[in-house]
Amino acid sequence: MGTLSKAARSMLLSELVTGMSVTLKAFFKPKATINYPYEKGVLSPRFRGEHALRRYPNGEERCIACKLCEATCPAEAITIEAEPRDDGSRRTTRYDIDMTKCIYCGLCEEACPVDAIVEGPNYEFATETREELMYNKDKLLANGDRWESVLARRLELDAPYR
Amino acid sequence: MVKVTVDGLPVEVPAGSSALQACEAAGKEIPRFCYHERLSVAGNCRMCLVEVSGGRKPVASCGFPIGEGMHIFTDTEVVRRARRAVMEFLLINHPLDCPICDQGGECDLQDQAFGYGADHSRYRENKRAVTDKYLGPLVKTVMTRCIQCTRCIRFSTEIAGVPELGGVSRGENLEITNYVEKALTSELSGNLIDICPVGALTSQPYAFTARSWELRRTDSIDVCDAVGTNIVMHARGAAVLRIVPRINDEVNEEWLSDKGRFVVDGFRRRRLDRPWGRVDGRLQPASWQDAFSTIATRLKNVPGERIGAIAGDMCDAESMMALKDLMETLGSSNIDCRQDGAKYDTSRRDFYTFNSGITGIEDADALLIVGTIPRQEAPVLNARIRKRFLAAGRGGFPIAMIGAPNADPTYAATVLGEGPDTLAKLAAGELPFADVLKNAKNPMVIVGHGALTRPDGQAIAKACWDLAVQVGAITAGWHGFNVLHTAASRVAGLDLGLVPGTGGRDVAGMLDGGVDVLWLLGADEFATDRIGPETFVIYQGHHGDAGAARADVILPGTLYAEKPGTYTNTEGRVQEAFRAIMPPGDAREDWRILRAFSEVAGRKLPYDTLEALRARMARANPVFGQPAWVRHGTTDTTAPQAGPVSVSSDPFRPVIADYYLTHAVCRASPTMETCSGIYVHPAIEAAE
Repeated sequence: MGTLSKAARSMLLSELVTGMSVTLKAFFKPKATINYPYEKGVLSPRFRGEHALRRYPNGEERCIACKLCEATCPAEAITIEAEPRDDGSRRTTRYDIDMTKCIYCGLCEEACPVDAIVEGPNYEFATETREELMYNKDKLLANGDRWESVLARRLELDAPYR
Repeated sequence: MVKVTVDGLPVEVPAGSSALQACEAAGKEIPRFCYHERLSVAGNCRMCLVEVSGGRKPVASCGFPIGEGMHIFTDTEVVRRARRAVMEFLLINHPLDCPICDQGGECDLQDQAFGYGADHSRYRENKRAVTDKYLGPLVKTVMTRCIQCTRCIRFSTEIAGVPELGGVSRGENLEITNYVEKALTSELSGNLIDICPVGALTSQPYAFTARSWELRRTDSIDVCDAVGTNIVMHARGAAVLRIVPRINDEVNEEWLSDKGRFVVDGFRRRRLDRPWGRVDGRLQPASWQDAFSTIATRLKNVPGERIGAIAGDMCDAESMMALKDLMETLGSSNIDCRQDGAKYDTSRRDFYTFNSGITGIEDADALLIVGTIPRQEAPVLNARIRKRFLAAGRGGFPIAMIGAPNADPTYAATVLGEGPDTLAKLAAGELPFADVLKNAKNPMVIVGHGALTRPDGQAIAKACWDLAVQVGAITAGWHGFNVLHTAASRVAGLDLGLVPGTGGRDVAGMLDGGVDVLWLLGADEFATDRIGPETFVIYQGHHGDAGAARADVILPGTLYAEKPGTYTNTEGRVQEAFRAIMPPGDAREDWRILRAFSEVAGRKLPYDTLEALRARMARANPVFGQPAWVRHGTTDTTAPQAGPVSVSSDPFRPVIADYYLTHAVCRASPTMETCSGIYVHPAIEAAE
């Protein structure tokens, strides 16, 4: 490019105009950001958020205390104790997840043979104290009850790929 | 020896070995379910198929006898395909319930399916379901999981000697059953759990408690009887969850008595976890300082001969050594480890040990059992007698018993009589069994505590010794005089000299006000109600039982799972146990308590570490420094002292009234309580 054309571009402010035109185009495009918390992004059915313990449709808890999630958990966040229930079935007496240890890798969900422990779509469970993040069985079952319809739908959507 | 080639590797194995043994000798792992080293060969699982030169089909290696020059192939395509096919058949009817199965993680079928199983099933029909059987309170059954290897049938028939299990129907419908809804009547029934390759037979008390991968394993020694069974404590966190046997061919092979296995739930119940002191007639919590100063104050101005100590049946050698040293520094020779009042001549070690050794039973060719029921007092040792009995064939191993006329020993034994007069007759050659003993190459005499705890115990021991000498049982190469102990601590106690010194009082002498201060080291098995009302009792132990109830000061000690300890079994074999868990609360290792108290009392014991204490033990008796126990004969046939009481003609009484409730730990165990209700007192159970 010759010196002349360089000078002409410089005199006519062509770079500035190009830049401003990009700005102007973006000005009329739809916004990329969302107005969280009033708006929320789309989540994949595989999103790994807060844990929940699910139940069967008849209300029976799914977890059979096989302890595979406890064994597979790389952060050792899960603690399970078990004993025979009165009807002789194998059930947990204690199912704790330390959510501050958890790295949300989803291995517990993968290890579970009965789809009992799942990581749900909820990521808004921040607390004011650490203690509130030590989840016990009641809390996890309550999560399951609260999210069941969503959880079941997510599993269904993801089932073809599992 | 026969030379064979396994996958190109030449090996030499004894003639008569099976192809599987040859493969193992070559270091090849052969998958198997029904084959077990200590049971007869059944050959019905077909998992151990290998190819053999000249054969057209794969053969089951467990039952295939080898021949000279045979070539065995364990890793050909034919073998792999055959094993995969066998595995597929086995899995047809095996439920997919590994997640709720207690065997999961330590299951032979699971492990081998990992190697030989397909990733999916081609079987679309319904799976077989089998009703569960009732085998008693210890063994839980889920018979749908059974793969019909028949190990349990062979174990109960061959090892336990109670042919109560069998198979009914055939083919797919074959069911393992005990025919009637009745608990297995074996003291070895817990071994069925170990021997079952799948989760069909699992532990009832341990059901769903933990997974094998969560457990911390610690080698230990069983102290529920005097066999010194090698065990492994499986612990998680602060609790031992189960006990399983450790293989030691010299002692227990791989068996463990039910008491030693299931006593574990007594570990956490009725524990003494803090010191207590009696204030105004009631036991009040105290601190260690208070407890020690109370004792030290009470001991002041008490002369040595008014102080006594009794060591219990489950003590480790270390704590007994410390107790003896403490008593010596206090100037007392009133010390005894024989709560049951048994009498021994302790001048020579072979007067009170099982000299033939447990392995020696397999070399014996005639056996006389005097005043003991080995099945109850030492079930694992009894299994060894039965093993010898079976190996010898019909009449090959004649066994006679004196005493215990109604006991079922699990082998054919002639009951010669019920009392010591039979022994005299035998010595006089009036009974035909005398000739049997005399003609035997390695005759054995076992004398038990049914005889030794009587007032004339020492005289009976001498009579047995004399008989053994008379029939040639004591020679340079063979020692056929055996004392079968019931208390795990007894031999160590006798080795360390926990018997009254000159002028000292024994257990009976210390009772009824015989001493002013009595130190009980885990001692509960004597007449605690006969302790004099004025006697100040210090109970150092782990469970709140008879001794603690009478105590004025309680010092919380430790269980065998909670301390490193040395135990000497009835043979005199010194074995070491390690600490599996920490003691609860304020409880401390027993020797440390004694050492700490000695300082408070101003008579400091000269050891601060376990090593120093063990060195002290080795100085007290060199056996504690020796690495291994070896069987040996003796040419010195001098008989033990007969004692002051001459032989009476009373019949021998069984020494164990209730196999399941013999010590403080099993009395605290709900499982043992249940077993006692079912096996020992069925009438009471039925009445309820």
